[in-house]
Amino acid sequence: MTVGQWLPTALAAHAPVLLVAVPLILSTPAAILRTGRAGWAIALSGALLALLCAVELFLATRADGAVISYALGGWPPPFGIEFRVDGLNAALLLLLTGAAVLALIFARPSVENEINADKRSLFYSAFLVSLSGLAGVAITGDAFNLFVFLEISSIPTYALIAMGANRDRRALTSAFNYLVMGAIGATFFVIGVGFLYMATGTLNMADLARLLVDMDGDRVVRMGFAFILVGLGLKAALFPLHLWLPGAYAYAPSFVTVFLATTATKVAFYVIIRFSFDVFAIDSGFVVNALTYVVTPLAIAGMIVASAQALFQTDVRRLLAYSSVAQAGYMMLGLGMGSQAGVSAGVLHLINHALMKGVLFMALGAFAISYGVRRIENCKGLGMMMPMTASAFTLGALSLIGVPFTVGFISKFYLIQAALAQGWIFAVAAILISSVLAVFYCYRILVNLWVTPIPEGRRDLAQPTPYLILVPLVGLALANLVFGVHAAPLVDIAETAAAAAINAGTGS
Amino acid sequence: MTPHVVLRVVSKLLIPLIIVYGFYIHFHGEYSPGGGFQAGVVLASSIILYALIHGLDAARKAFPPYAARVGMALGAFIFAAVGFVTLIFGGDFFEYTVLHPDVSHGAGQHIGIIAVEIGVLMTVTCVMIAIFYAFSGRSPEIPDGDW
Repeated sequence: MTVGQWLPTALAAHAPVLLVAVPLILSTPAAILRTGRAGWAIALSGALLALLCAVELFLATRADGAVISYALGGWPPPFGIEFRVDGLNAALLLLLTGAAVLALIFARPSVENEINADKRSLFYSAFLVSLSGLAGVAITGDAFNLFVFLEISSIPTYALIAMGANRDRRALTSAFNYLVMGAIGATFFVIGVGFLYMATGTLNMADLARLLVDMDGDRVVRMGFAFILVGLGLKAALFPLHLWLPGAYAYAPSFVTVFLATTATKVAFYVIIRFSFDVFAIDSGFVVNALTYVVTPLAIAGMIVASAQALFQTDVRRLLAYSSVAQAGYMMLGLGMGSQAGVSAGVLHLINHALMKGVLFMALGAFAISYGVRRIENCKGLGMMMPMTASAFTLGALSLIGVPFTVGFISKFYLIQAALAQGWIFAVAAILISSVLAVFYCYRILVNLWVTPIPEGRRDLAQPTPYLILVPLVGLALANLVFGVHAAPLVDIAETAAAAAINAGTGS
Repeated sequence: MTPHVVLRVVSKLLIPLIIVYGFYIHFHGEYSPGGGFQAGVVLASSIILYALIHGLDAARKAFPPYAARVGMALGAFIFAAVGFVTLIFGGDFFEYTVLHPDVSHGAGQHIGIIAVEIGVLMTVTCVMIAIFYAFSGRSPEIPDGDW
């Protein structure tokens, strides 16, 4: 157990479990309360405490590069459930909890606008359970426990998406769609874990990694990997498995979209990295083959097809949702390279994509509160009426395209570098084509924001953006710029994460 | 008032038995198949039976929907709180051994499991009842006459 730098030692020793348990226990008072304000305060304090724990864990793994292991119930791994933090998931936990805090600050005005008063505290309660589940997925070192946390995070998410039904009834079908797809994904994952358990007799990931090194040719193990990859692919919205995502993002309440876009698919993506590189040894032939001949072509297809689909959307959030599918393709491409540089670029893009989509969806939430704007043609003249919000949106869009001095440029740069090192010219071409498509679909929105004049009668409706939205929005937008110019910290985090993923795969 | 005398009398006889049986499954779950999940469903079935025979309004009076909501949250709270109590006693999360000094007989384990199962029982009972209320109390969006 590492000595903490931030928290008192007694708390630091239990930081891995507190990160998951604090949001979980705080969700119960939030469920009883009748007022939304108190529910919001509880949710925010839960997320802040989780963030503290994540910072603590992050610093501890940074300080000595050590792996923090926490035995739940005092049962030592591999027999008991283990929480395990290394360079890879420490970064993810920081991203997850940080995004949760920012999204929650944004939540108060947004939720008051979109959710009925009697449902608000239940809404925050469901959010806390979802946060706790996502943190559990990211932190656990036990394959079956990961499935349980995956379900804990998914079920409240379905409910959260369905809460968008107040404004648009299509939220209900979207949520049901996601429920069916998510349940299939989780089932595939647990079947895969079952195969691994059959072959090895253990569920602990570190133990699995140790045993799987010698089981390359085992057909059961290969089946297990295939099932796990498909199951998690559904959760992470990889290209042909992404059909639930556009609807879920477009019709969920704004706050839920911000939170999902920055965290949920990222966590599933992390699990894919964990299984492909850590649990399964990357030097085993079938993993490399799967990454090169299955994941990479699908990633490239996703980058281009989803970007092209985004071009034809009329709903702004749907457009950005398709763009998210394309961006998930970038991450998968990095992973598909199977090299340390590739994984590092993928993780970097994961963090950066969270930064840019956070800004974009938050700005859309602000537009929706002030003017009820959902469609592209309704964005006309918003740049004049809400200059701060529109500027932040523009920064996010530029970052999405990959304009220099934004984080989007940095991750595409590293991705192209990794592809060139591999000699994959076609991947470079795909990245460039997809970026050009991104220019077009961002252009459609930006032109409406800034160039088209304000329609008659709109000007009188002008309302200021609430400060609780402006603060996280502008903060995130500036982060897009700051880390685009001073990229070293994020690149360093991504490289540490990739090293942790790949080097731990030797069964240590 | 209602013609179903037989049903009413039999249900009044059965409901206490169902409840006692539910608690039996719960507390015997340590030694035989059973536990909080199964017992919770059995307990909830007693309320559901009451609602089926005496009507939803009577059931809501006997077991208010808000109580179900509080019960769900309280059960989950008890479950998680056991973990925090073990932390306070100086163990790891859910390390029940620290709850009682008698380690050789695993007394702490017994205490911990029973406490956790009480949380599970409350949550499962209340969730089952809440689901029943939600479905049965739902009025169709299109009234039957409009079809």
